[in-house]
Amino acid sequence: MEINDIQEDIIEEFSGFDDWMDKYSYLIELGNDLDGFDEKNRLDQNLIEGCQSKVWLNAELTNGKVIFTADSDAIIVKGIVALLVRVWSNHTPQEILDNDLYFIDRIGLKDHLTPTRSNGLVSMVKQMKLYALAFSAKN
Amino acid sequence: MAFDFEKIKNDFPILDQKIYNKQLIYFDNAATSQTPLQVIEAEANVYKTYNSNIHRGVHCLSNKCTEAFEDVRKRTAKFLNARNNFEIIFTKGATESINLVAFSFVNTFLNKGDEIIISEMEHHSNIVPWQLMKQYKGIALKIIPVNEQGELNIEAFQNLLSPKTKLLAITHISNALGTINPIKKLIDIAHNNGTKVLIDGAQAVQHIKVDVQELDCDFYVFSGHKLYGPTGTGVLFGKEDLLNSMIPYQGGGEMIQTVSFEKTTFNELPYKFEAGTPNYAGIIGLGAAIDYINEIGLDNITAYENELHKYAESQLLTIPGLRIIGTAKHKTSVTSFLVDNIHPYDMGMMLDKIGIAVRTGHHCAQPIMDKFKIPGTVRASFAFYNSKDEIDSFVSGVRKVKQMFA
Repeated sequence: MEINDIQEDIIEEFSGFDDWMDKYSYLIELGNDLDGFDEKNRLDQNLIEGCQSKVWLNAELTNGKVIFTADSDAIIVKGIVALLVRVWSNHTPQEILDNDLYFIDRIGLKDHLTPTRSNGLVSMVKQMKLYALAFSAKN
Repeated sequence: MAFDFEKIKNDFPILDQKIYNKQLIYFDNAATSQTPLQVIEAEANVYKTYNSNIHRGVHCLSNKCTEAFEDVRKRTAKFLNARNNFEIIFTKGATESINLVAFSFVNTFLNKGDEIIISEMEHHSNIVPWQLMKQYKGIALKIIPVNEQGELNIEAFQNLLSPKTKLLAITHISNALGTINPIKKLIDIAHNNGTKVLIDGAQAVQHIKVDVQELDCDFYVFSGHKLYGPTGTGVLFGKEDLLNSMIPYQGGGEMIQTVSFEKTTFNELPYKFEAGTPNYAGIIGLGAAIDYINEIGLDNITAYENELHKYAESQLLTIPGLRIIGTAKHKTSVTSFLVDNIHPYDMGMMLDKIGIAVRTGHHCAQPIMDKFKIPGTVRASFAFYNSKDEIDSFVSGVRKVKQMFA
């Protein structure tokens, strides 16, 4: 699946919620369901420390594709982390580098991705692009 | 003036608004308090009618502006009961006031190996300036521990004192826990050891009466924006003899007597410590804030806020799984709490969605959060314009959020 198809899918999923509570309940659910973060990767070098919450991000290149795994100590942040992983993980470094992330804006969660929120998400997006850049240079 | 809640509420137009279609409830007063119309008008009036650089003009506007600015110094001195007006130095906030003392006091009086004592519950702004001096000057920093309730261990403090202890720099009220420290006792103990004392009053002056002569503290600092005044204003009180002996903090205009390339002489107090054009419009606003507080009466404010605070804590504690962080015997209207294992950021974000503004995180006091082994707390802090009805909405909001995470 192309990255933008995934973004469209997510926008579609969120279009069903007219109430903020439903939307955030869904994010909580996504956060609770996100697993697969290997404890051996819970390293300082993978830690993105926001002022308010922490995000751990690990990236590996497998068969030419970047596999992201991530975690957060705050559930709502973790829900958004799950979406970011879903969108960009399992794509080639070049696809990630070329991609414009627009779904966050469209599902009304843009205020979580402003530097003032200091939840680690802005740095996470930056870090994901940096991993893609590093892997593309290696290729 | 009697405590007229309705009238008071009308003085704060910002409170009358909807956030995501919900009535705003502002419980982040320990971070920044809201500004009454009287203060906004006083500051706007400077720009509308007499804005002019102070202390140097020969013209009418400059004189008027200077007079208004210097009058705030008198009212601030009176507010803290300082002996002399020139013991009041205007700064841009409590942080700058502490940095000023860190630089000027340490560089004047301390030598390598001398010691400064702070506590485990300090705000970063009363930790980092001393750490910088430790780095530059080779002084040592000692820390008073805090118990499980969030109270200082006085005995440990006494044991930390040595002939080398030159300064105790300690908060009057903890911003993260709400603990009111027994500062009079601490000051007396320190003075018996020949140790000077700086009190960080950023969380105190808006809640309780402060009398620097009665306390006999050597320095006292606070911020205007937590005292219903404009942001970018702050105060340092310092005893005359100390301020006179201390080297200046910043150089520039205003703080000098004469300047030549061979020798520059410094101005007298308070100007020696006020380099450059100050935020005079803001300071004039701060004067209006002090007048406003005086008019309501700090005793009335203390009584009303204590009632709100007690009510809030008793109501919050009816929520299963809620624990209050900071249970000192003497507290001000700050309540830090956690619910189950809900991350404070998640709680704060959800409360925001229902129109309730609280602070979440470590409150710029990471060492005390580490001590309690928590990532942070949710902090609700109350002011005299808040009400029990708002607390009821807040408590039911916390219940609702708890259910969402269940």
